[in-house]
Amino acid sequence: MKTIYKRPEVFTDVNTSYCGGCGHGIVNKLIAELIDEMELREKGILVWPIGCSVYADKYYKMDAICALHGRAPALATGIKRSLPDKFVMVYQGDGDMVSEGMAEIMHAAVRAENFSVIFINNAIYGMTGGQMAPTTLLGQVTSTSPYGRAVASSGYPVNMAEIMANMPGVCYSERVTVNTPQRITATKKALKKAFELQFENKGLSFVEVLSPCPTGWGKKPIDAMKMVDEQLIPIYPLGAFKSPEEVPAK
Amino acid sequence: MAINERLSGNEAVSFAIKQINPDVVAAYPITPSTEIPQFISQYIANGEMTTVYVPVESEHSSMSACIGSEAAGARSMTATSSCGLAYMFEMLYIAASNRLPITMAVVNRALSGPININNDHSDSMGARDAGWLQIYAENAQEAYDNFIQCVRIGEHKDVKLPVMACQDGFITSHAVERLELIETDKVKAFVGEYKPEKYLLNPDEILAVGPYDTPQYYMEHKKAQTEAMKNARKAIKEIAKEFEAMTGRKYDMLEEYRMDDAEYAVIIIGSSAGAGKEAVDELRNAGVKAGLIKVRVFRPFPDEELVAALKKVKGVAIMDKTDSFSAAGGPLGAEVKAAIYGKVDGITAANYIYGLGGRDVRVEHIKQVFEEIAELVKTGKAPETYKYLAIRE
Repeated sequence: MKTIYKRPEVFTDVNTSYCGGCGHGIVNKLIAELIDEMELREKGILVWPIGCSVYADKYYKMDAICALHGRAPALATGIKRSLPDKFVMVYQGDGDMVSEGMAEIMHAAVRAENFSVIFINNAIYGMTGGQMAPTTLLGQVTSTSPYGRAVASSGYPVNMAEIMANMPGVCYSERVTVNTPQRITATKKALKKAFELQFENKGLSFVEVLSPCPTGWGKKPIDAMKMVDEQLIPIYPLGAFKSPEEVPAK
Repeated sequence: MAINERLSGNEAVSFAIKQINPDVVAAYPITPSTEIPQFISQYIANGEMTTVYVPVESEHSSMSACIGSEAAGARSMTATSSCGLAYMFEMLYIAASNRLPITMAVVNRALSGPININNDHSDSMGARDAGWLQIYAENAQEAYDNFIQCVRIGEHKDVKLPVMACQDGFITSHAVERLELIETDKVKAFVGEYKPEKYLLNPDEILAVGPYDTPQYYMEHKKAQTEAMKNARKAIKEIAKEFEAMTGRKYDMLEEYRMDDAEYAVIIIGSSAGAGKEAVDELRNAGVKAGLIKVRVFRPFPDEELVAALKKVKGVAIMDKTDSFSAAGGPLGAEVKAAIYGKVDGITAANYIYGLGGRDVRVEHIKQVFEEIAELVKTGKAPETYKYLAIRE
């Protein structure tokens, strides 16, 4: 009988700590599939953040380093600079990257570091229990904005994929999501492209994934999937904001 | 009439902040202190407070924002834990040296790494030399009472220093206890309006906060800071007396528990004093003259009070809920020994590291410490310099 599907080899048998309906688990599986398909397990290091994916090192039979909050791109810089021919993946959420870690991601982009950054944007601080993040939508209810995010006190959402596309040190920036099977396939394609690019010496490759957070958003999983379409995508449009073809090697 | 309530430590401190209604709160969520900014932002959203809440992007910025607002003459507060406090590190020194009496709720949690979200004192102890006052609570009642007093102490005209009001993460911050709250009008009257002596945009006085300080003056400024820290001792006692008159609850630099005729004592900080007192009671019932000293105020250090409390003690165990990796003991151990050196004769002192990263500390553990100390006194054997309690070897 022909095998058409199997569990990625790189996965351990640890159950993830993600909530039902969360996008992290889907992206974690896509990463695992690509590590298997691209044979990255023996030659790669995964850099995990603080946030809901704080336990992710336990899900992969692969070397990993756990960065402090926001510091993953700086940590990855040290790894990639000392091991330039190895695969280095940075994984961060919006609480980690866009708030406390904004300086680190921006300067990794400024320096045109040759690693891939996977950015999970669920528009909320998930792990600490659903507080307002810099990516929270205007009017979105969180535990620190009980009547919705207001511009007067909290300013505007941050469009990371567009910002990164404007950085000369970034060779690829795309925003994807995982709320339909087709979009999951497209996400895998984007991740694969980002992983391949780190060996082309063109600078940082960046994939933003809009991820539903049913727990933080106070919605049923299916309604959280709908909220991605109805509320997130109008503010955070999908698509490639920078193609690697436009960028020469360094 | 005082208000009887059942609250967690975080709820109690948030309620104190609501009653005080400071001008500015700037905070960034971090477990286990997250609830404090969360409750405050909800109070503000519901119109129960008029405080300006700034949802900054990091603790470095929350402390920076508090420094800015306090320098502008606004009563400012924040809350944090663990790496959040560590991330504020350089700004802690700025707040203290600029003499800005910010009040910060510290919900003690182990510093990474390895990452751990549970309680010990490595975070605030790591910042013990930053120039902040540090006052530790045993339970939610003390967390509430201390916080209210901290505002007064820091803003006292002879002190003008920032204050950390510390409570143990989860053990105190999340466990719900019965406690007595003070009526809001009384809290407001006790704390009073913040009237800083110097502040930005005072039309009568041009002021630069934190400018470059040359070697000709820097040391005098540091001396002034330490004098303020010395003055804090008096302020802490005075304010505790006023607080006692209002509530009947007594506070001081230390709490001495069954120390009058104690031959053996443990010195401890925070929530573990509860287990310690139970151990003392059990040992007293068995005829052992055991006692406990709870260090409430760690900065300024209660050196005179410790000397007085230990005068008649034969053996003392100093309990540190953090290691300072000096390979010679924890911070409380080192400082207690320094304080009693040459002032308390013939005492046997040992230093224990306990409860790191949330390791449970039980009554039997403290009883074991008492037994070991008694044995050391009896056999006259020199104690180990320091040892880990309840450790898997």
